[in-house]
Amino acid sequence: MLEVNVDRCIGCGECEEVCSFGAIAVNHDIAVVDQDSCTMCGTCVDTCPEDALTLERGDDTRKASDLDAWRGVWVVAEQRNGELATVTYELLGKARGLADDLGEPLTAILMGHEIGERATDLASHGADRVLVVDYPAFATFTDEVFGNTLAYLARQERPEIILAGATSMGRSFIPRVATVLETGLTADCTELSIRKEDRALLQTRPAFGGNLMATIVCPNHRPQMATVRPHVFKAQPATTSPTAEIINVNIPEELLKSKVKVIESVQEQAEGPGLTDAEIIITAGRGMENKKNIALVEELAELMGAAIGASRAATDAGWLPERAQIGQTGVTVSPKLYIGCGVSGAIQHIVGIQGAEIIVAINKDPDAPLFNLATYGIVGDVKVILPLLVKRIKRERGIA
Amino acid sequence: MNIVVCIKQVPDAKTVKFDQEKGTLVREGVESVINPFDYNAIEAALELREALGGQVSAVTMGPPQAQEAIREAISLGVDKGVVVSDRAFAGSDTLATTYTLAKAIEKLGSPDIVICGKQAIDGDTGQVGPGLAVRLGIPYVTCVNGMEILKERNSLRLKRMCEQGYDIVEVEIPVLITVLATLNTPRVPSLKGKMRARKADIPLWGVAEIEAESGKTGLAGSPTQVVSTSVPTFDAKREMLEGEPEEQVDALITRLKEAGVI
Repeated sequence: MLEVNVDRCIGCGECEEVCSFGAIAVNHDIAVVDQDSCTMCGTCVDTCPEDALTLERGDDTRKASDLDAWRGVWVVAEQRNGELATVTYELLGKARGLADDLGEPLTAILMGHEIGERATDLASHGADRVLVVDYPAFATFTDEVFGNTLAYLARQERPEIILAGATSMGRSFIPRVATVLETGLTADCTELSIRKEDRALLQTRPAFGGNLMATIVCPNHRPQMATVRPHVFKAQPATTSPTAEIINVNIPEELLKSKVKVIESVQEQAEGPGLTDAEIIITAGRGMENKKNIALVEELAELMGAAIGASRAATDAGWLPERAQIGQTGVTVSPKLYIGCGVSGAIQHIVGIQGAEIIVAINKDPDAPLFNLATYGIVGDVKVILPLLVKRIKRERGIA
Repeated sequence: MNIVVCIKQVPDAKTVKFDQEKGTLVREGVESVINPFDYNAIEAALELREALGGQVSAVTMGPPQAQEAIREAISLGVDKGVVVSDRAFAGSDTLATTYTLAKAIEKLGSPDIVICGKQAIDGDTGQVGPGLAVRLGIPYVTCVNGMEILKERNSLRLKRMCEQGYDIVEVEIPVLITVLATLNTPRVPSLKGKMRARKADIPLWGVAEIEAESGKTGLAGSPTQVVSTSVPTFDAKREMLEGEPEEQVDALITRLKEAGVI
């Protein structure tokens, strides 16, 4: 637990200032910890100018003794039915920079069946090496086969970092790998960088219900593992003359067994423009007031060929289906234009729209946090503004 | 059939407020509720018990107050429950959590089916279910949205959702599954259930009871460490469009046309 060295504490209050949980307060010139509120995040420990705060961690009995033996950055390429997921290209773009900062090679791990040519795609998007594991058992997805194979490769090759997409597949089998290797895993990261002093991977993700961003490290275990939120990082354009080394890897037969059997795999196409691909998204928030007013958003969306998004408040109220939810518990989007209608802009929502090029906020509450993020803000009633917008766009197009 | 459902007490998202000026969470008035996905896990566990017999145990890790979550689970029809609670478990990341939960579940007896919600809405990692299955040495299926019992084969046939559609998978018991909100409609507590819940004895198990090794729980057993937290900042070239509604809309249309998005 968090302890205050009363001899060192000068009562400066910096810890109180920095604590996001109100768990520490200066009383009679000494910091006092409310242990029930303290989440032991350690932010105050790093902030204290007098080194008066300590977080007793206890002995980590599994601490790795050979940290330096783990080198290089891995990206797990995700494929289904032989198609690479877009997040794989985004990961390569980001990981290229991390590998360069470390001065280490970037390796892509491609597990699949008869997917040889995809290795070239990985090479042209930044990988220095591609490890291809090609067996019929990889034709469908099972956690055991993919997870056990990746854990096996990691033990053999000892990468310092493994990144995978925070997709339904990545978030399913990557925890298996981290548990087998008894190392740390940070879910759904939205920012990654290297701390120069000690080569640590700084992994940032929304935490505490998406109200705060937390930066996380894994100092004593290797590999450092993270799943990364799709549509956050930009993919780099392909190079025409990739020089990557492509290596076919043989693995022991017992890794190819799964107790879970895939009987069939069904692809389903969503109706209308999908949120993650849409160029324009009109989002309804609590400020739409009721389900009936959602029609205003629908009319504008239809006119603009836009997809309709929702804040958590709007889906909780049942105005729009759950799959329309954007944000921490929903999807991340990166449209050219995002229009938030009565969206307050809670952090849990905002983390899902950071990739948008232009953000328009329409809200009658001038203090709505979305205005801080908006490219253009309109303080006004959505019930007045939206019909006017529809009218103006129709006039532009000569419809009315 | 020994069915275990893992639940978590989380802050009610509707009551969490954020102090923009101080950059801190306002803890006063925040109510604790069962993680929404866990209601679906409880419902799935009860349906499995109805079909296969046996009993359902609910397990949670948290402060002693988490007994309330177990009590609510019992009111819904769960047979018994336990709170895994000890200062030594505080600050656990997902690796330490799966170790601790696995020790508690093993103490309850060898599980046939373990059910978790897809993720908890406070941490949002979704890592505990898969990690727990690995600790227990049983297979797992995540994001389950449909379930059929194949009694003669002692197996479950499950619909597992993914971005591109879904898979139909089969797996023999024992197994761990994580479930989506769309799997089922959770029942409401019965009067009888509420009475049973009120009287239920809900033990608190600490390090000694689950025979946890020191160094594998809490902060010590957590490879990941938070180095800093912050309120996200965004650099926006904010322009407020002033005037009457018509003027505001005209200004917006002009700018969007200039940007080439309409």
